[in-house]
Amino acid sequence: MKELVIISGKGGTGKTSITAAFAALADNAVVADCDVDAADLHLVLAPHVMQTQDFVGGKRAEIDPHRCTRCGLCVDVCRFDAVKRPHVDGDYCIDAISCEGCGVCAAFCPQQAIAFEDCTNGQWFVSETRFGPMVHAALGIAEENSGKLVSLIRREARRIAEEEKKDLLIVDGSPGIGCPVIASITGADMVLIVTEPTLSGMHDLGRVAQLAANFSIPTRVCINKADLNPRIAQDIENNAHKRGIGVAGRVRYTDAFTKAQIMQCSIVEYADGAEAAEDTRNLWRNVTHGF
Amino acid sequence: MKIVITAQGQDVSSPLDPRFGRAKWLVAVDTETGGFEVHDNTVNLNASSGAGIQTAQNVARLGAQAVITGNIGPNAVKTLDAANVAVFLSKASTVQEAVDAFKAGELSETRQANVEGHWV
Amino acid sequence: MKIAIASGKGGTGKTTIATNLAFVIAERGEPVQYLDCDVEEPNGHIFLRPDIRLTEPATVAVPEVDLSRCSDCGKCGRICQYSAIVPLNGKVLTFEQLCHSCGGCVLVCPQKAIREKRKTIGYVDEGVSGGVMFVQGRLEIGDVRTPALIRQVKRKIDSQAVAIMDAPPGTTCPVIEAVRDEDFVLLVTEPTPFGLHDLKLAVEMVKKLKRAFAAVINRSNIGDDRVHRYCREEGIDIVMELPDDRKIAEAYSSGRMIAEAVPDYKHCFEQLAHALEVRK
Repeated sequence: MKELVIISGKGGTGKTSITAAFAALADNAVVADCDVDAADLHLVLAPHVMQTQDFVGGKRAEIDPHRCTRCGLCVDVCRFDAVKRPHVDGDYCIDAISCEGCGVCAAFCPQQAIAFEDCTNGQWFVSETRFGPMVHAALGIAEENSGKLVSLIRREARRIAEEEKKDLLIVDGSPGIGCPVIASITGADMVLIVTEPTLSGMHDLGRVAQLAANFSIPTRVCINKADLNPRIAQDIENNAHKRGIGVAGRVRYTDAFTKAQIMQCSIVEYADGAEAAEDTRNLWRNVTHGF
Repeated sequence: MKIVITAQGQDVSSPLDPRFGRAKWLVAVDTETGGFEVHDNTVNLNASSGAGIQTAQNVARLGAQAVITGNIGPNAVKTLDAANVAVFLSKASTVQEAVDAFKAGELSETRQANVEGHWV
Repeated sequence: MKIAIASGKGGTGKTTIATNLAFVIAERGEPVQYLDCDVEEPNGHIFLRPDIRLTEPATVAVPEVDLSRCSDCGKCGRICQYSAIVPLNGKVLTFEQLCHSCGGCVLVCPQKAIREKRKTIGYVDEGVSGGVMFVQGRLEIGDVRTPALIRQVKRKIDSQAVAIMDAPPGTTCPVIEAVRDEDFVLLVTEPTPFGLHDLKLAVEMVKKLKRAFAAVINRSNIGDDRVHRYCREEGIDIVMELPDDRKIAEAYSSGRMIAEAVPDYKHCFEQLAHALEVRK
């Protein structure tokens, strides 16, 4: 079983649309949506949820007002300004959004008035789609720990892929270069970076490619909307070669991707035979050839 | 000599767990007597980070002199090194196979991680 | 006034809106500051091309142990939720990448054997671009302490100026850090199913943070009308719409400001600046 992770560095380059097309083109794959901050793949793959589970991401402090003597020590020890001192004679309380889950306040409270317990940060799902199994998640609003949730989704997707003897795991990765994207790519067999021929795209490609190189993961690039700026597309290609990264394909700029999205289907279902669908098929052939 | 093997099940016939930090069970084997005991490592499955470090601490607490696993990250290696636990990598399919290979001197000690740490 | 430009979905045009807004405010001769809080992938500099005058390392506190004082009590290891400090066999290991800088180990150590040292997680650059004061954070590749770096970027906010924060995408910790105490949040979206879905998440986020907000619809003539309908139903003001125009996409691709390269659309940003001024 091989694991392919599709990332982009910069958002909005078409990463999820490409992932959806790969899901449609693969014969025997499991799909995982690890872009948990803003998961969109389900809008195209329309998963039928078979199993829902809570995601327990971390711990959170909570003050019991009956035991609290209002000594204020918790305010002093908290580095994250998460303990709110009451005006006049109200209760001390923890601002859940600021709380980092370090437990220092609970450890130092002389009255043991601060509970420090696991909290649920979201849900994750095992689903069936028209292309096979899918593992995905919905993180609660303003929640943390998406790196951990990403690991969990990948682990479950791998387990299913191994159990059901799938050949491939296709992962829609997270944007950026931080915690969730590191959790998306470590240990993968290949990373495909979807970029666009803009200076921003080129800049972000450089950063995310370096990240993949730090983790020694074989990397390919897809230049989406390639005809938007052929000069920069060429620069990206040259730049990729210098880094030893192959360009697996160029996909032309078209509104067919948006139209496919509105119809809740992938580009190869919506406009099979059209230029963009052909480009995507070529990309898929080159990527799978790389394993 | 006491060695610990990461396992997917609770006896020596169960499959070796190739993951170190997120191994479900730790099987401690006495290489002289062949006797073994099993320890639950599941607490680490929900660790938000540092699963490898925590598992390494668990291994050290068991008083093992060596550990056999499939893959290991840099933080776990650093922790085991500090605890004077030798690390051996094996692709054996069961715990018993790994122990036999160890006793036959077929495994060589590693001082380096063979996978990236964080989160997987 | 502090304004955050955010969006659930990436690539909707946050940086385009933020940089051009700063540009037109500066043109009116008002003090304005652009702060790039998208520290994992900062792109504002590509358009504003600032003259960087000062670069400082951004650091966080991590523990350093004086073993000669350590009594091997193990308290530091027990208080740490992140496995960042591990007492073992008379040694104490530290894992700086896992540390959240909560200071718990320092406080709990009865021997005062732990003190803090600074570790670099990225850089904060300051400079100018015409009349725009420019600040950006750059996270070191491989580091994960995005919110900590955003906090350091925000320390540069000039209270005398209109401060425009270019936030990272999403709805989790990094965005919260960029958005939480701003006076106003602009949510940039596009009229597609992905745009709508992520806009809804972003709206929930700003409501939870109790921020005043409005929507900006980029590429407003693509896709369908569901984003417009949603905003109408929810009573969300749409303070700006920018159409999908190949001229804009091309100017963007080569790092040019829309207000300069495609002057036909400059008034869109001027109207946005005006709409925001009314809300002060």
